[in-house]
Amino acid sequence: MRIKVAGLVAGLAASLAYSTSAFAQELTIFWAEWDPANYLQELVNEYEAETGVRVTVETTPWQDFQTKTFTELNARGSAYDMVVGDSQWLGAASEAGHYVDLTEFFTKHNLGEVMAPATVKYYAEYPSNSGKYWSIPAEGDAVGWSYRKDWFEDPKEMEAFKAKYGYDLAPPKTWAEMRDIAEFFHRPDENRYGIAIYTDNSYDGLVMGVENAIFSYGGELGNYETYEVDGIINSEENVKALEMYRELYGFTPPGWAKTFFVENNQAITENLAAMSMNYFAFFPALVNEASNPNAKSTGFFANPAGPGGAQFAALGGQGISVISYSENQEEAMKFLEWFIKDETQKRWAELGGYTASAAVLESDEFQNATPYNKAFYETMFKVKDFWATPEYAELLIQMNQRIYPYVTAGEGSAKEALDALAADWKATFEKYDRYKQ
Amino acid sequence: MATLAMTTLDPQSRAARRGWSDLTIRNAFIIPTIVFLIVFNIFPLLYSLGYSFTDFRASTNAPANFVGLANYRALLNDPFIWSNFAITAKYVIVSVTGQVVVGFGVAMLLNRTIPFKGLITTLLLLPMMLSMAVVGLFWKLLYDPSFGIINYALGLGRFEWLSDPDMALYAVAITDIWMWSPFVMLLSLAGLSAVPKHLYEAAAIDRAGTFYTFFRITLPLVAPILMIAIIFRTMEAFKTFDLAFILTSQPNAELISIRLYKMAFQEWQTGMSSALAYIMLIMVVGITNIYVKYLNKVKER
Repeated sequence: MRIKVAGLVAGLAASLAYSTSAFAQELTIFWAEWDPANYLQELVNEYEAETGVRVTVETTPWQDFQTKTFTELNARGSAYDMVVGDSQWLGAASEAGHYVDLTEFFTKHNLGEVMAPATVKYYAEYPSNSGKYWSIPAEGDAVGWSYRKDWFEDPKEMEAFKAKYGYDLAPPKTWAEMRDIAEFFHRPDENRYGIAIYTDNSYDGLVMGVENAIFSYGGELGNYETYEVDGIINSEENVKALEMYRELYGFTPPGWAKTFFVENNQAITENLAAMSMNYFAFFPALVNEASNPNAKSTGFFANPAGPGGAQFAALGGQGISVISYSENQEEAMKFLEWFIKDETQKRWAELGGYTASAAVLESDEFQNATPYNKAFYETMFKVKDFWATPEYAELLIQMNQRIYPYVTAGEGSAKEALDALAADWKATFEKYDRYKQ
Repeated sequence: MATLAMTTLDPQSRAARRGWSDLTIRNAFIIPTIVFLIVFNIFPLLYSLGYSFTDFRASTNAPANFVGLANYRALLNDPFIWSNFAITAKYVIVSVTGQVVVGFGVAMLLNRTIPFKGLITTLLLLPMMLSMAVVGLFWKLLYDPSFGIINYALGLGRFEWLSDPDMALYAVAITDIWMWSPFVMLLSLAGLSAVPKHLYEAAAIDRAGTFYTFFRITLPLVAPILMIAIIFRTMEAFKTFDLAFILTSQPNAELISIRLYKMAFQEWQTGMSSALAYIMLIMVVGITNIYVKYLNKVKER
């Protein structure tokens, strides 16, 4: 009996020891549920083959991503070792101590030079221009456009368009041209519509969509260093940009008041719209004939310029951060060292991930790999982003509250909506003592 | 006597042979339940009440500072919050009224001898057995202006149920009515089947009309159980979140529970959202009390 008990205890100890050592050789990365996360899983499988360290990319739908991440972070949970977090989380996550400070790592590996400047500025650094870094640019992304080449290149359509508008039908170079093209193709009787834009107000869909117009119209959301908003968010340029976005909404398919990336790709795959706004990360599905029957006749263009010639796009994408409460921080840092290697970044791009590595982005090999990579490369040097302050979620909800009724229902005017938003934001910054710093 | 028999231990039972008293067995059943309730209900309730008087934000490492009634003041002075309450009130009235009318109407139709009555009743109960999220996604497709069957069946062309700011709330309420009318129907059926048949026979002998019979016999006798259904559905409708969240983004359909969710889990205003949750709790308790008082009056008649 004693021998049996001793054997049992020894077996239990051995299994515990084994499980502990196995645990140390495992890493969990948390991200949203979308194609790039699958590409990342493929990439980290190669890391496992090289090092024996198992890396799992755990995902959750985009709608829950922010809530689930911060619930875990606020609970100081160690379920995840790393998170590929949204750029606007930087302030909240760094100030609360959820992210490990990667400034030393950044300096050591000269990542300010290695990665594209915009990705470093928006995915990694907080506060702005502080030289403090909290994540490694992982998935570069921005908003671009897809369009139906076959509709655009139809001789009858081209002739009719030129007769009506006085210039050739081609991918738009300005927002004014885009409005004309949307109006031209908007034919509800034929179940054909002009344009698909973001309108979902449950997270940052609508705001990102409107940002594309605001930034290209020469506008800004505010002064990110002084928190000044009055006269900036409600500037004349922004009013015009919002009016344009509202006008474009009039050329969307019916029931387009709660749409984000899924619906906007469907607008192309289901022959609904002539043009569709979406993040570049969702374009692989549009060149894949299995997911898009119109793959051969789908073209792409960068966000057009505004009336003053400014041309910017809303930044998407994420950086990868190490969670402060992870029990495997050392292993996570080793993984990051592998992740930033040139060959890893090249492989990441080959798999479909949008690398932020400047060297890879500039290579001909990358730019010619897909019909939209060149547009992506150009866009990544012309991107701007939303506030990254800890109270960004409040700012986001306030913006949604003010602009959604105007964009989708024409309630009030663009000026009224933006004036009210300026007051909301000012009150929020006052609440958090931003003007006393 | 019966109670005594219930609590006396059978001398042949295993518990008796082990020397367990009635009290031990009672405690073995009750204490875990009480502990569970305290840990998972009462403690969080009191803890969040404490938070409602602070500026605590769960997303930061900053300590919670006592701010007194500032959160309550801020909420009650926020026009958006009042708008959310007004939307919720409108939703509750439309949704509960619809459920009572449809549910009671169907129960009246089923309260007679018809073929396949059991099967029909079972089929009618199916909607409330489904998950709210599934129902939301399912009805989103039904409402779709391009290929939804509702517009096709009603000949409404491309009518936008969920994108129209004036219609979105009604669209959510219609879905809720479809889902929960069977619940009212079930309770009403129970009430109707309990109405003594001799009352109808007496009414028939007195040549009472259908209208008179309904308002003087059926409705008064079913009213108490109908009131219970109304209490349950009002409480549930007041807390509706998932259906509205899935179906629409319209601010005109932003119920108070959606605002609470955003405040608590998107903005991470823990103190403020705790205060809002308590305001909601007080309102639900107040409304329920009014109903219960009315229910007692109905019972007294």
